[in-house]
Amino acid sequence: MQTDILIIGAGVVGCALARVLGRYEADITVAEAGPDVASGATRANSGIVHAGFDAHPGTLKAELNVRGAELYPALARELGFPYSQCGALVLGFTAEDEETLRTLLQQGEANGVPGVRLLTREETLALEPNTNPEVRCALYAPTSGITSPYEAAYALADHAALCGVRFLMNSRVQRVFRWEDGLWHAVLPTGEIACRVLVNCAGMGSADIHNSLCEEKLTLIPRRGQYHLLDRLETLPFSRTMFQCPTQMGKGVLVSPTVHGNLLLGPSAEDIDDPQDVSTTAEGLEGVLETCRLTWPQASVRGDITNFAGIRAHEVNGDFIIGAVPGQTACYETVGIESPGLSAAPAIAERLGAQIAGDCALVPKTEVPAPVPLPRRFAEMTDEERARAVAEDPAYGNVICRCEVVTEAEIRQAIRRPVGACSIDAVKRRTRAGMGRCQGGFCSPRVAEILAEELGVPLTAITKFGGKSRLLTGTLKDPGKEEA
Amino acid sequence: MDINRTVDVLVIGAGPAGLAAAIAAREDGIQSLLVLERENAPGGILRQCIHNGFGLHRFKEELTGPEYAQRDIDRAAELGIEIRCGVTVLSVGADHIVTCVSPEGLLRIHAKAIVLAMGCRERPRGALGTPGTRPAGIYSAGTAQKFVNLLGCMPGRRCVILGSGDIGLIMARRMTLQGAKVLACVELMPYSSGLNRNIVQCLQDFDIPLYLSHTVVDIRGRERLTGVTIAQVDAQRRPVPGTEKTFDCDTLLLSVGLIPENELTRGAGAEISPATSGAVVNDALETSVPGIFACGNVLHVHDLVDHVSSESFLAGHAAAAYARAGERPAGFWPVQDGEGVRGTVPQRIRKGAGAAVRLMFRPSGVFRGAECVVRCGGRIIAKKRAPIFTPGEMAVVPLDAESVAALDGPVTVSIERS
Repeated sequence: MQTDILIIGAGVVGCALARVLGRYEADITVAEAGPDVASGATRANSGIVHAGFDAHPGTLKAELNVRGAELYPALARELGFPYSQCGALVLGFTAEDEETLRTLLQQGEANGVPGVRLLTREETLALEPNTNPEVRCALYAPTSGITSPYEAAYALADHAALCGVRFLMNSRVQRVFRWEDGLWHAVLPTGEIACRVLVNCAGMGSADIHNSLCEEKLTLIPRRGQYHLLDRLETLPFSRTMFQCPTQMGKGVLVSPTVHGNLLLGPSAEDIDDPQDVSTTAEGLEGVLETCRLTWPQASVRGDITNFAGIRAHEVNGDFIIGAVPGQTACYETVGIESPGLSAAPAIAERLGAQIAGDCALVPKTEVPAPVPLPRRFAEMTDEERARAVAEDPAYGNVICRCEVVTEAEIRQAIRRPVGACSIDAVKRRTRAGMGRCQGGFCSPRVAEILAEELGVPLTAITKFGGKSRLLTGTLKDPGKEEA
Repeated sequence: MDINRTVDVLVIGAGPAGLAAAIAAREDGIQSLLVLERENAPGGILRQCIHNGFGLHRFKEELTGPEYAQRDIDRAAELGIEIRCGVTVLSVGADHIVTCVSPEGLLRIHAKAIVLAMGCRERPRGALGTPGTRPAGIYSAGTAQKFVNLLGCMPGRRCVILGSGDIGLIMARRMTLQGAKVLACVELMPYSSGLNRNIVQCLQDFDIPLYLSHTVVDIRGRERLTGVTIAQVDAQRRPVPGTEKTFDCDTLLLSVGLIPENELTRGAGAEISPATSGAVVNDALETSVPGIFACGNVLHVHDLVDHVSSESFLAGHAAAAYARAGERPAGFWPVQDGEGVRGTVPQRIRKGAGAAVRLMFRPSGVFRGAECVVRCGGRIIAKKRAPIFTPGEMAVVPLDAESVAALDGPVTVSIERS
């Protein structure tokens, strides 16, 4: 197979870049190792669009974070993924913290973050009355926002696909090399892809690809973060993202509302060996809760509906590495995209996309298809809108997920999207069916049936998230082999 | 939006609770009566409970779940009760306006009286905070039951069951009978939360070991579950290091508790009891919102469907009476949980109520050689002795009409060593 541009990795950065490059006359392919878009770091992180005061002025992290935060509101509106500029507070409890907050304030000002300022204890408690009353001061960043990282990636991927970008799932790039035909070749489990331009957006896997091409080696450390997700409530204890002072290991533990009205506590920060180990641990989860109590003394696991872990790719030198791969031609990379990677993703794509388009003299398409806006969630419609939706498509009248009020119509649409859902988790992340307090107890058999119908496969072929993650081992007549 | 329809009594849910409430209301002469059911057929969770053991109290015979449900479905049909299936209720207002949706459209119904009978759901893994990976192969017992009994599929071949709730025990037997290997049933508490007969018939009869005071401390497997580790827990329910035991399995079934499904109830503004997670009700099973009643597992989690039915007949009668007269009670005597008692229902008895009342609760621990004592003021107004009180079985203590009529203060229910 041959393509003009091969992007390795369909995380939020790869998808954003695919969408930017999709505006040009070029044949573009995205090869993703996982079973779906957003299978790596994009799947499980805090979902914060940071204001941009954390990074040192002059770094790529600072520049691209601030630009990314600027791009998000319009991007979310255009593509229809959830985003809310809820603001953020960084809490200080000691004199030392207060110094740290002053430094963050100066950084914020130097980075051009709008509206960032210090608050007194009283101002902090007035804004967020459930804050630990021992708080001394806080840094307030009104432009900090929250989004749904995987929904952002799905929306970006869908628009890229509408622009003609091809997405290959379960396609881990094992090796890349320059062949005598002058093209880059990437070895996938299913064969080789030849391309003119190679772009490495492989997240945790990006250092291996870099190191196979460059003398100067990079080291990525898998840094695991564990989270508690609490049930939706009428009123959450906090309406803004609540940070503590940053540490050596990152931005620390936060307590934040999510765009879907849950409360998120986390992450822990543990450097581990296995880049795919997204298991949670008793110590990690307990540690998160304990640390959260400094922000929110009432924090408890009561109301926990799930816990999960994600991996961020920490580059030892600390800044993003973005641009042409040294010593190679027609080869680009984004490496070390840890926080604020989600915030910066649209800006990374904007910057790298422009560089690639310029270097390769890409010609803009005369017409770029407009994104098909995501349908509004039934759960968020007014009764009048619901009545109209059911009149147009009776499948809107069939509620499948009762906790999150997700209808059959939305589930079928998710499977039929340009980069459609093929598994239970893929449906869950696109529609929220199974995201609620019963965690798919009632709806997962129904979702599996709809998937089987839409994909034209037997029920027993349906997986939780692709690969060997089959839900069922067989039927009653043919129960399947004992594997253990 | 306009009101599409008005009825005297609206019942939400056509499981055993909703069916019984509707039957009672119709038998009391309510003609304008509607039952809404979100599934495509009435019967509720009984539809997937194909084992027997239902109806011993009510029908004096052992029925399967579908057989038990069918009796009420048939009776409802005889009475000409309208049951609309495939209809999901989206909201219930304190103004008695119910909004629901089906493929036919959105409907707004006004009802003079409403009976909430939505049942309960299972506690998921997240509520336990069990660490480990998140592979395929972890199901709540009820989900596995649906896969096996309604969809004809096997969720796995080698299972461990966490929790000894009744559905978990039933599934231990069911999976075994289907040829799967059930390696262990693991219970956090020092006693089972299921019925004793299920421990005997579903575990002991199949030599499935029950590990009391144990829990799952690790879950392994990237794509499909490959194993779990269990460990003993101490009195504070914390794992004891060194007691770990590992099992290679492809399936973990969770039977770790049921939670009444009260989102609609909350939306209606009804007060919710933290002890039962159901509505706070009076002896007529009326919630804190006048004219809205609750019964069955949405009110509190029952052990036997027979209890669900008898409770729900009461709710149906009460809803019928309200739809006719709409009387407001003069006031209430509170019913309080004493020693050894959790979540007594009803939580209030109407002043001047003249009928007998059945107090139901879950013991907060295992008590042998004890008796349940009900007091009002200094007086003992009822007593019930049982060989054992255990959280797995609902305790029922009747108050006769005379005692109810003579109430002159708060009522306290407790379990006392005799």
